[in-house]
Amino acid sequence: MTTAETTNTADSPHVGLFVTCLVDLYRPSVGFAAVKLLQQAGCRVTVPQAQTCCGQPAFNSGDDRHARQLAVQVLNAFEEFDYIVGPSASCLGTIRCHYPEMFADDTGLLPRFEALSSKSYELVSFLVDVLGVEAVEAGFDHCVTYHDSCSALRELGIKSQPRKLLASVSGLQLNESQGTDICCGFGGTFCVKYPEISGRMAADKVASVEASGADTLLSGDLGCLLNLAGKMRREGKPTRVYHIAEVLANMADCKSIGEGDD
Amino acid sequence: MQPHSRHFKANAEAALREPNLQAALKQLELGFVAGRQRCYEALPEFESLRDRAKDILDHTLDNLDAYLLEYEARVIESGGKLHWASTPLEAREIVIRICRDAEAKTVIRGKSMVGEEIGINDALEAAGFEVTETDLGEYILQLAKEPPSHIVAPAIHKTKDEISDLFLEHHRDLGFTRRQTERSALVNEARQVLRGKFLAADVGITGANFLIAETGSNVIVTNEGNGDLTSTLPRVQIVTAAIDKVVPTLEDASLLLRLLARSATGQDITAYTTFTTGPRRKQDADGPVEYHVVLIDNHRSEMLGSELRPMLRCIRCGACMNHCPVYGRIGGHAYGWIYPGPMGSVLTPIMLGLDEAGHLPNACTLNGRCETVCPVKIPLPRLLRSLRSRQHLQRQNSSLARVALSLWTWVALRPRLYQMLTWPAMSLLSRLGLKRGGFRRMPFASGWTRVRDLPTPQGSTFQVLWQQQQRGRK
Repeated sequence: MTTAETTNTADSPHVGLFVTCLVDLYRPSVGFAAVKLLQQAGCRVTVPQAQTCCGQPAFNSGDDRHARQLAVQVLNAFEEFDYIVGPSASCLGTIRCHYPEMFADDTGLLPRFEALSSKSYELVSFLVDVLGVEAVEAGFDHCVTYHDSCSALRELGIKSQPRKLLASVSGLQLNESQGTDICCGFGGTFCVKYPEISGRMAADKVASVEASGADTLLSGDLGCLLNLAGKMRREGKPTRVYHIAEVLANMADCKSIGEGDD
Repeated sequence: MQPHSRHFKANAEAALREPNLQAALKQLELGFVAGRQRCYEALPEFESLRDRAKDILDHTLDNLDAYLLEYEARVIESGGKLHWASTPLEAREIVIRICRDAEAKTVIRGKSMVGEEIGINDALEAAGFEVTETDLGEYILQLAKEPPSHIVAPAIHKTKDEISDLFLEHHRDLGFTRRQTERSALVNEARQVLRGKFLAADVGITGANFLIAETGSNVIVTNEGNGDLTSTLPRVQIVTAAIDKVVPTLEDASLLLRLLARSATGQDITAYTTFTTGPRRKQDADGPVEYHVVLIDNHRSEMLGSELRPMLRCIRCGACMNHCPVYGRIGGHAYGWIYPGPMGSVLTPIMLGLDEAGHLPNACTLNGRCETVCPVKIPLPRLLRSLRSRQHLQRQNSSLARVALSLWTWVALRPRLYQMLTWPAMSLLSRLGLKRGGFRRMPFASGWTRVRDLPTPQGSTFQVLWQQQQRGRK
């Protein structure tokens, strides 16, 4: 397979972008925003073509065999890079925290997965924690609230990083919602297996977003965002929903998630 | 109780429509969750205590056989009797035999989850004994003929109005003819009814929060003092406890006690923490004449030998359910047995089987909030996931989900095919949903669209657009 590549400078960190299947299929603009942010921060970005899904749905469904097969596919596509970075804490949490767990008994592959794990980062935390980015060049004249995804908060310890970069966006005001540490009800296959419970959790989250007074909801995980945008649409809420990368890259001029022509 | 975990979905949907329950559950975040947070912030060593607690319990489980034998020897030395029970049935038979041998008629109980686990109340009543729960919450549920819905606050789902009605109905014949509506008046009424039961009881049965190997003692914590009366007033005392309750030393128990109430109810310590060792000695003014301990396995040694061993560290604080967003929406009864929430979703499938409780490990978003508050650091999401693996290996999960997932993986393992299939699919979806921005209905995605729209994708895929862009540059 061919590899599409952009260059920054030859000795800048070489990042393999893990697009994630949800961004690939649902919202390519998030992928382009990620590329822009990484390039602005001085990275050389490559998008390996041999990537699809990280295997999390299989892993969380107890289908360990398929999860491992997909993990190996990711390993082969990404281990050559200095870093593997993606716009989702959920997928990168799988790569960073769970791949080594899946191969704990495989002495041949475990060291390779541990190496991959140690250079895998969620996009925003990579910008702040690894590259030391303090500010972005972007403007967004809206009052936003930020939803912490559970994987970001509890698997990867991401809480201050997105807020730090959002604070540098001109015109943006951040209103915190109540209960930012509580799950939105997405949970992968959970949301289709137990829609009533999931729907109630999403409704409560939508209510807390509304109570924050924000007109825009941001988060770093498209799973949560599709769930919440879908719930807002169903309830007829006017709140706009974007992935944080779109705002940080100054690319939130496209339609928000779930926005129609009406 | 008769389990109904297999009806989890229907139970949960009913619970979501129950306004009293929903109002009660809202109090969890305000009460227990906020209380634990206050304790957490006030105790700088909270995190290091969690690490030490985990180490103590892991060490105990690594040497469980030795500590159980040490505990048994100390119980016997102090004049008590120890009975081993592999199954709930054996445990019930032992308890009933002890009561019969003592020619007992009335039995009082201190709140104990293992008592619920082995179904001791129903068995004693069926054997002709009069049984009274003495914990206020459990007493309310005994009157209402309901199982507990929370392991620490068993009647958390009951409103004050419901309790007023229950008391009037059951206490009228005892001379309490006025319907009380004040909290303190209700508590006082229960206290008066229960006082007579305490004094008349032949046998007192409690659980144990910990069993101490070096002394043969059992520890119970309560806020009502009912456990102390249950262990000291009747002439026969029975402690029912599971084998994972043993800890090596008094020091170890003290450390765990520092975490227990803080994690459970947001108290630094419960109102009563009582250590009991053996029957009344010659020089003692009171206490039971007979002291029995029934040690129950019920699948725990099986867990000890499996990847689920960390679950045996559980000290039954309930923090996992207090912080669980699913429990917080549906309450405990929906889980269909006595252990609800994250800890119950691990224990119930082990104790009742995955056929009965197959929903429970799946009814979780794996959000991990439970693990971050667990005082003994049980990796609950990992354990739930490993139960899902068992289900998958035993083909106990839904065939539709298996087929869909296998198909997805099959395509995802072939990136070229994946790109060929996904691009037209997304383009089509995008065109169909362009105007509205989302779909109200979608074939094969009714689980999603039943409660929310499916947002319309942007069209095309990142991979295709990226390759086009790269080609344009060259």
